[in-house]
Amino acid sequence: MGDMDPGWIVGEAREYVLQLFDGSRRRVYVTNNETAFPHGKLIVSRTDTEGVITLGNQSFVDMSGYLESELLGQPHSILRHPEMPAAAFRDLWETVSTGRQWHGYVKNLRKDGGFYWVFATVVPNIRQGRVVGYTSVRREPSRQKVAAAEALYRSMRGS
Amino acid sequence: MSINFTVSPSFPAERTSDWYIFNTWLQRALSLPIHLELYSGFGAQRKAIADGLVDMIYANPFDASLLVRERNFLAIAGPTGGDEMVIFTATDKPFQLVTDLQTGLRLSCTDDPSVNTVGRILLEPADLDASDIVTLPTETYIQVARAVLRDQADVGFMPVDAFSALSNVIQRDLRVLVTSQLHVIHHSFLIGPALHGRGDEIARLLTTLHETEKGSQMLAGLGSKVWRRIEQEDVELMIDIISTLTQ
Repeated sequence: MGDMDPGWIVGEAREYVLQLFDGSRRRVYVTNNETAFPHGKLIVSRTDTEGVITLGNQSFVDMSGYLESELLGQPHSILRHPEMPAAAFRDLWETVSTGRQWHGYVKNLRKDGGFYWVFATVVPNIRQGRVVGYTSVRREPSRQKVAAAEALYRSMRGS
Repeated sequence: MSINFTVSPSFPAERTSDWYIFNTWLQRALSLPIHLELYSGFGAQRKAIADGLVDMIYANPFDASLLVRERNFLAIAGPTGGDEMVIFTATDKPFQLVTDLQTGLRLSCTDDPSVNTVGRILLEPADLDASDIVTLPTETYIQVARAVLRDQADVGFMPVDAFSALSNVIQRDLRVLVTSQLHVIHHSFLIGPALHGRGDEIARLLTTLHETEKGSQMLAGLGSKVWRRIEQEDVELMIDIISTLTQ
């Protein structure tokens, strides 16, 4: 997965370099533009066991700002926002790789540098007793819960 | 051998005769005696399933999950599109959006597990969970509408189909706060172990039903246009998604 292209960004942006779970780095640009979660919808995506996107519904594509073809085959961390603490994703992978569900509030990064908040649940896809991938279902969070998550993540980042 | 067929009781009452017409057609097409039993509520139907009295079912997504994972049923067909629901209030209430709703909310709903689970998820943006809501259970969707219109409840849950089937006079006094657009969970036509050997044959019959005028009319009576083949992985994915909705 390459760096974000500054040409994609809409509005004034801050630059960060993400240290990803697999040891790679990605340069990203983030703005303060929030995209509201579409009322009544769910965002659904699937990955293989390595976290590579294999399927996404229309809401997943629309909210990301990418084309479907730009998402399929990419690591799910293409949506990783630098203001999400690394510990949250470590906890996610440790939980689902043991066959359990993980859920939490997540700030996702869009292609245009903006963001959107979700309440995410990740479930391992267990077939014939074997984990063959993961499904993530995101739903609309309340603003109160988002405010609490923002405060928690800020404290986890120590800023 | 007579086959016991049932339908999840989440369809509008007006469709009852259409399910009997469908059952008659299916019996003839399969040359198999099929007894259609329509239960009045989800509790009675679940008991029948537990007692082994169901061989074939047009099931809501939640019952489909249970039947596939725990009772060795196979999902073979289902409608295109998903099961969607509405949260509505009365037009004389001040609520315009779900986020206007507050703690102490009086909710009228039936015991439809699919509609109720999705409805509660769509209340989450208002920061409402079960402890913030007074649930007023009813038997039928018309009773849900009546409870909202009589100010016995602030909001009601109903499948989109049932809401659309309400008369214009009733709908005029109701305001939809949100309509689900999940697209990913849907009813399924399931067969139990006694029919596994005829799964492909039944699936072929159901998925080609729309190809004749009579078949199209029958499907329309059941609220569908086309039934598509459902593969095991389709239903496994739906079950995975449903498992996230109950968190």
